[in-house]
Amino acid sequence: MTHLDIELSKLKQDMTEMFVLVCSQLEKSRQSLVDFDKDLAREVRVNEKRVNSFELKLDRDCENIIALFNPVAVDLRLVLACMKINSNLERIGDIAEGIAQFVLSINSAPDRELIKSARLLEMFDTAISIVTDVMTSFETEDTKLARNVFMKDEFLDEINMAANTVVAEFIKQNLEKINQSLYMLSTIRKLERVGDQSKNIAEEIIFYVEAKVLKHKKKSDKISDGQ
Amino acid sequence: MNKLESQNLHLYYGDFHALKGISMGMKKNTVTALIGPSGCGKSTYLRLFNRMNDLIDNVRTEGVVLLDGKNIYSKDTIPDELRKKVGMVFQKPNPFPKTIFENVAYGLRVNGITHKTFIEERVETCLKQAALWEEVKDKLKKSAFELSGGQQQRLCIARALAIEPSVVLMDEPASALDPISTAKIEELIYELKAEYTIVIVTHNMQQAGRVSDHTAFFYLGELVEYDDTKKIFTNPKDIRTQNYITGRFG
Repeated sequence: MTHLDIELSKLKQDMTEMFVLVCSQLEKSRQSLVDFDKDLAREVRVNEKRVNSFELKLDRDCENIIALFNPVAVDLRLVLACMKINSNLERIGDIAEGIAQFVLSINSAPDRELIKSARLLEMFDTAISIVTDVMTSFETEDTKLARNVFMKDEFLDEINMAANTVVAEFIKQNLEKINQSLYMLSTIRKLERVGDQSKNIAEEIIFYVEAKVLKHKKKSDKISDGQ
Repeated sequence: MNKLESQNLHLYYGDFHALKGISMGMKKNTVTALIGPSGCGKSTYLRLFNRMNDLIDNVRTEGVVLLDGKNIYSKDTIPDELRKKVGMVFQKPNPFPKTIFENVAYGLRVNGITHKTFIEERVETCLKQAALWEEVKDKLKKSAFELSGGQQQRLCIARALAIEPSVVLMDEPASALDPISTAKIEELIYELKAEYTIVIVTHNMQQAGRVSDHTAFFYLGELVEYDDTKKIFTNPKDIRTQNYITGRFG
């Protein structure tokens, strides 16, 4: 194993750790919302600082590898991909914190009926499963799994599209819960963004492994390209 | 038409098959880098273009080497005439034990040029092209050995340019130089491309990336991959190229 190999393998391990941390943030934010658990929400908010400092560390590691080892080809693609994945993961971390903040801002437990009709938990579970998929795909360099993310993201888009009508209807019936309903809509939007960030990560994994640039391509081309 | 080209070129040192069917072409006013581990044949390939291999015993070639579409291994090619068109710079600076001025003027004088003003103008032009003029214009009568290694190498480049070749071959021209001199040579290669076709052998991967338009990877006498330099250093097709440029063998 060359010195560069050791550094790259360390970078991959640290990236995986960042994946795990962000995924756990997302899971805890879900749990804090479902259980209306303000302590757990506070924990998410505190952990966000760890996500931020991990992001800075990973950026610095990538910068050092480029400066000291001049990586090329697949090695360079890995470092470039890590820089972008890192930034996307940090944003997912921000989203988890935003949801925890919502839990801390409301005075009563989120309305069960609204959670159900807006399909919030389905959305949460899909978003978490997408992040887990990109993490596995990154670890195992499985681009087929990365491509699956493009399909799963459609499910999030679908729930997001339907949410406006569902929430508007709920507000009409429950005028005293306007604030909470608007927070709920904002959470749905945030989770939809988790899908987008994960798609970006999947594109970077494909760039790293296959040297293909899928950015700005149609969804159908992204899925078919390389299969 | 390619400025330089080889077609199914084989070269043998006695029984040793050093180049195995190399076919590639180099366009005019481009820089081509030849890379590969020691003993892969890249310097041997470079020396084909000015028939320097002719000077080695038991060398046998098969195939065709073309300069401007003409086979330089045909019977009517005179090696000395060929070498006026194809200049060469070596790994270690090798100035003659003469003055700075005479080093550059040497090629002109052995070619029978005696016109003083013409020689003076040509020496100045070549030293300027080699980015050395400002540093030596006040000491042209001093010995070339008084120059630093980097300056000596630029002097050798000026000497190679004096006889107005159209191709310049460089065999690891900066490997014996410090980083500042190396940067000057690389800058020079980039500028010289406008007037010359350059082929450079280098062990320095970053250098190949910085100076060349195209890169050829040689391994065990074979041309493994030849493509745009950007392609070679971002997404090489052959796994052997990838392993070499990423430092995993060689």
